[in-house]
Amino acid sequence: MLGMIVKEFRQLRRDRRTLALMIVMPAVLLIVLGYAASFDVSSISAVVSGPQAATAAAALHPPFHAVDVAPGQDAAWAHSQLRDGKAVAAFVTGARPQVLVDGSQLFAARAAVTALSSLGHSGGAGASASAPLAGAAPQILFNPELKTSYIMIPGLAGLVLVFIGTIITALGVVRERETGTLEQLAVMPIRPRDVFLGKVVPYFVVAAVDLGIVLTIGVSVFGVPFNGSVAVYALGALLFLFATLGTGVVISSVSQNQGQATQLALMTVLPQVLLSGLIFPLGSIAVGVRWISYVFPLTYFTEISRGVMLRDEPISGLWLPFACLAGIGFAMLVLATLRFRAYLQPAEGHKRRRAPAPEEATALAGAGERK
Amino acid sequence: MTAAQRADGARRRAASGTDREWGTRDLSVRFGKRTALDHVTLRAAPGQIGAVVGGDGAGKSTLLGCLAGAVAASQGEVQRPPAARVGYLPSGSGVYPDLTVAENLAFRASVYGVSSAVAGQRVTGLLERTGLASARQRLAGQLSGGMRKKLGVVAAMVHEPELLVLDEPTTGVDPVSRADVWWLIIIAASEGAAVIVSTSYLDEAERTASVLVLSHGRQLAAGTPAEIMAGVPGALRAIRGRPQEDEQPRAWLRAGQWRVWDPPGACAPGPARGGAGRDGGSVIQPDLDDAVTVAELGSELRPADRVEGAGPGLAGGAR
Repeated sequence: MLGMIVKEFRQLRRDRRTLALMIVMPAVLLIVLGYAASFDVSSISAVVSGPQAATAAAALHPPFHAVDVAPGQDAAWAHSQLRDGKAVAAFVTGARPQVLVDGSQLFAARAAVTALSSLGHSGGAGASASAPLAGAAPQILFNPELKTSYIMIPGLAGLVLVFIGTIITALGVVRERETGTLEQLAVMPIRPRDVFLGKVVPYFVVAAVDLGIVLTIGVSVFGVPFNGSVAVYALGALLFLFATLGTGVVISSVSQNQGQATQLALMTVLPQVLLSGLIFPLGSIAVGVRWISYVFPLTYFTEISRGVMLRDEPISGLWLPFACLAGIGFAMLVLATLRFRAYLQPAEGHKRRRAPAPEEATALAGAGERK
Repeated sequence: MTAAQRADGARRRAASGTDREWGTRDLSVRFGKRTALDHVTLRAAPGQIGAVVGGDGAGKSTLLGCLAGAVAASQGEVQRPPAARVGYLPSGSGVYPDLTVAENLAFRASVYGVSSAVAGQRVTGLLERTGLASARQRLAGQLSGGMRKKLGVVAAMVHEPELLVLDEPTTGVDPVSRADVWWLIIIAASEGAAVIVSTSYLDEAERTASVLVLSHGRQLAAGTPAEIMAGVPGALRAIRGRPQEDEQPRAWLRAGQWRVWDPPGACAPGPARGGAGRDGGSVIQPDLDDAVTVAELGSELRPADRVEGAGPGLAGGAR
């Protein structure tokens, strides 16, 4: 038995990724989760509009804090601010005072409702009865019943794409390496770009179909509204898929077998699930850890998905997540293509592959290849 | 595959003006600090079969991978046709285990731009002759090792390559399937392809037009089998008993009989050297197996062992 134990330890010592998964990941997860795992919302952003906006803003009590005070604006402006994710609550002063709460930010909305209730009246935002918002009952927008499924399903759609895009793609590509067929592909008259696309497009199609299924079930079974533009949503999904498929290919290019690819893929997927805002509100994650959230594409897709589906948010309001997603997607695609090319063009010193005619045969510098 | 079709293939090649030699010249390949190939020159002539032989880790797969374009050269020259006219079987079978035989061949044909009609016509005969026709709809992963190798060779030949590179196509293959694989190889050569095969079986290499012997990445010998056999330096003896202690680094057991290689300059065997129960043995003509063993011994022996010196060397090593 001792021999068996020694053998296992020796194998484990050489399998550094498994070792990392076993030792480093628990420590990292504990630290990250310790700071990230919080549903508590201690600060609620608010906009204040209407003729008495300044007075109302001055009367705000924590957890509310005003991020924009606009005396010249009306209820429509306040609504648009919530729609564009600029704030969680909006206080509209005037003849018909209103308190609006963004229900798509579930935990913050619940905290807002609780805070409003605890302040002694149903419509005060911490203001006294004589304040400009007296008598205004909070009105919850986008998710009036504060249903969890309304915010989870748009996020889960992204999660499905991460699984297919990253894990399944990584496995599909590394399988070629395991069976020795990637070596075969390297000598075939196909450009690395075509091999890359040929490998990725089927997963892209499957992921798109899966996304359609998830959304159909979400809308038809769970009653999640799809208020926004399908085209905007599709564009977001497209960019997100570029990022996740690229990540999958990059993972496969540094993995020797499917076990390694799965490990590595899980190492990228798990933190995304925990830190993307899918489960824990981004605002509740400690600042020291929150920056990690903004490295992950799922963070941006979740924002786009919830924004489009629940709030009918136009692309103009989502330009930042779109831009970040496009940047990450582009970077991952370039990295994946370069990694793929490096593997598939060993005999050409990573030069562009082409099929020269025999008469073109000339000695190449460096490697001295002649073709 | 009819003779007419083979002749047609050869004619097409001749008409395209591509009946030229391929191969490597002074090729070196390094992986980090390790030298996998060290100044190796290999010729691959159209219509001929060349063999690359050597033990495990000799560099055969690296050389063939380099020739086919799967491995980057560090130094030297590689001459090969464009990728579309190279056929390559890596050391595995190179086929997709989760595709059927027919699907594997269809994929290969599509990549090389061969129409399904032409490919179908071409592979039908090959599959029938090699016993794969009835397995067309079976998954490649469910085939026996020998059948998978045969499929790999057929797949590498679908597009009638000018250069066919086969890495150990008969390793782990039963004798009947080995014969089938060699039938395919001969077909390819008869169509005009330059064929390079690596093999551990020296009886196979002996039937080829040229042989390159590799050991630890270095080229030990090259030429026709006859040239390599004739080029064995010194003398080879077959003896009945065990070799003497000083002979052991230069001795090996083959088919139940010890063989001793006496390098040039070594003391001639005779009664004076024979111990109790042994004789000097009889001088024999080396076959290719012997010639390769001598080449490897010559490269491995310390200078002191090459003549009279005694040393640990390959004492008692059965080959």
